[in-house]
Amino acid sequence: MSERLLEVESLQVSFVTDEGTVQAVDEVSFALGSGEVLAIVGESGCGKSVTAMTLMGLTRLPNARCSGSAKLRGEELLTAPERRMREIRGGEIAMIFQDPMSALNPVQRVGDQIVEQIRAHEEIAKGPALARAIAAMDRVGIPRAAERARAFPHEFSGGMRQRVMIAMALSSSPSLLIADEPTTALDVTIQAQILHEIGRLRAETNAGVILVTHDLGVVADIADRIVVMYAGRIVEQGSLDELFYDPQHPYTWGLLGSIARVDRERPPRLPTIAGQPPSLVSPPRGCHFRPRCPHEFARCTEVPPLESRLAEAPEHRDRCWLSPQEKRAKRVVDGQIGLAGGTTVVA
Amino acid sequence: MSTADRHSRARDASLAGDAVAVRPPPDAQPRPLLEAEHLVVYFPVKAGLLINRTVAEVHAVDDVSFQLMEGETVGIVGESGCGKTTLARALIRLLEPTAGTIRFRGRDISHANRRELRPVRRQMQMVFQDPQGSLNPRKRAIQIVGAPMRMQGTPRNEIERQVRELLERVGLNPEHVNRFPHEFSGGQRQRIGVARALAVEPTLILLDEPVSALDVSIQAQVINLLDDLQDGFGLSYVFVAHDLSVVRHVSDRIAVMYLGKLVEISPGEELYIKPIHPYTQALLAAIPIPDPKENRARQRPVVKGEPPNPISPPSACRFHPRCPYATEICRTVEPPLSEYANGHLAACHHPLNLTAGQIAAARRSALSPRTAGDELPVASRAPSGGADASGASN
Repeated sequence: MSERLLEVESLQVSFVTDEGTVQAVDEVSFALGSGEVLAIVGESGCGKSVTAMTLMGLTRLPNARCSGSAKLRGEELLTAPERRMREIRGGEIAMIFQDPMSALNPVQRVGDQIVEQIRAHEEIAKGPALARAIAAMDRVGIPRAAERARAFPHEFSGGMRQRVMIAMALSSSPSLLIADEPTTALDVTIQAQILHEIGRLRAETNAGVILVTHDLGVVADIADRIVVMYAGRIVEQGSLDELFYDPQHPYTWGLLGSIARVDRERPPRLPTIAGQPPSLVSPPRGCHFRPRCPHEFARCTEVPPLESRLAEAPEHRDRCWLSPQEKRAKRVVDGQIGLAGGTTVVA
Repeated sequence: MSTADRHSRARDASLAGDAVAVRPPPDAQPRPLLEAEHLVVYFPVKAGLLINRTVAEVHAVDDVSFQLMEGETVGIVGESGCGKTTLARALIRLLEPTAGTIRFRGRDISHANRRELRPVRRQMQMVFQDPQGSLNPRKRAIQIVGAPMRMQGTPRNEIERQVRELLERVGLNPEHVNRFPHEFSGGQRQRIGVARALAVEPTLILLDEPVSALDVSIQAQVINLLDDLQDGFGLSYVFVAHDLSVVRHVSDRIAVMYLGKLVEISPGEELYIKPIHPYTQALLAAIPIPDPKENRARQRPVVKGEPPNPISPPSACRFHPRCPYATEICRTVEPPLSEYANGHLAACHHPLNLTAGQIAAARRSALSPRTAGDELPVASRAPSGGADASGASN
């Protein structure tokens, strides 16, 4: 890993709601280097977006409780004063959201929106700021940028709007870019273009990227390292190849197994993970994945620590009590990695 | 199983009184359930404050012909704005076509009015993309699923029994009949949407991106459910999706649309092994493969640009501005749908993955648009790589 850019240690985020306290993020720790792409993968409600938003200081709500530490180049983000956070947000850390239409102001020209973002962080006159906005739009592949800067968001297609978001995020040369499901709302052809763009800009600017997604295909495309989250906790983390070729946690097996692959022969039935993610108000005791896991045994009622269980891969950590040998034996279903007992519908 | 029996019995009974629809004997050639001929749907673009002039037209569906057989599932795929949803909605007459004919069991319903459509509607149901938005948040599951039955005059105690049965059939706990939509998860809500569609014992269900809003592991559950229900109830599906990997598991045939036109119709599996149209190939290539090593090794021709504006689509072949193989003929002559082996159709002058013999044997399909030329593809025009492909699989 190159220079340590971001270090998150034992991050906990909970929200007090009418139904009870929701432990959205539980003991999350990871690190990110410059120029590195870290993917946070998981299903809806697993806490991946809350983790990303907490780094941006967007979860500072009256009903939120937050502990642990998140340091950007050694500077603590969780306790930074709001004034400092305003400088960091959009300055050192930029964010791209899933739905570019609702993230852009519909009644302001896109060029002006980027100018506003630049001038919020720098003392710069409107003219030069606009020139920089146009240059940023040009860099992310928006044709006729000077002309398009005068257009409104509704005059752009979904893919172009997402490019505007990326241009805006990059206009202040952030050292950390957080992309929360950046391509989920886009067509596959456009998704490929946007991922290509993010990959290229990462290489050019050496920014660290946190990619929040539920799509393991996207991950295989651009990530260097992966964090898999389930019900608020990290269940496994490691390099791209470690996770894809030597996955340790049954939930990861299930995720890998349930992807419909177009380049393989079609199985008679799609493998699934039975059941649903637990409620975060009253999660199951011990391992959160226990109720859906076919390999559950007595010890699973204790929370397994997130640690490396493989001598040859100290950076590859997981939260599962099974021994590496047992895992190797149990994760093979029909010759491929998967979760056994991917059940059919309750009849 | 009792539900399935009830359904088939009820369906046969309802058909007995219907002069048009006679169920074919089981061994007979499958008959078309739904047919579209030269279907056109244009949406006017209006301008002006007082006088609302039509200044342009969005060519959403432009001369599409298509058949759905009894018990068959056809997947319709394409990028957003390609007209797939418009086509599907016109097929079940949620929209009135601008031109062309739609026939359900041989009966022309293209311009049928509401009253004439009523008996037909019962046989065609729809499941929507967003299970949150398509269920009334203030109604309980029993009211939502039971509403279509109530419209038919089913007695109240009977409704409850049937709703419980349906919920169980779609994998929900029948004890949850009195829950509200927000008390269910996304996947469960979509199951309620499916149960509601089944409530009136339809023969055809239009699924418009039914799993796009769900997590991957839940997507697989819902797709498997749809598969089971089809076997149990003998349903036909029209499955609209933007994702080629999703339709694969349910579709007997897959239709690929681009800018209002059908560019390829293929027997399900063949599309993934031997796509003929360059657009289909581009769609397949754009799907990331969840395997880092293969992904690195793979050549991925990324399609440039975006689909053009459907108000003024490109001339002749609509894909030519983005197509890597486009030549002069693509700009001047609209390619007809050519029929290759296995009933695989494609509208392209430069077909891929075919042998010279297969290209020579191609015929112009009757489903071709009226505006298409008569020029069939010739082997010399096929891009390299296409010629060494072995014979079409099975």
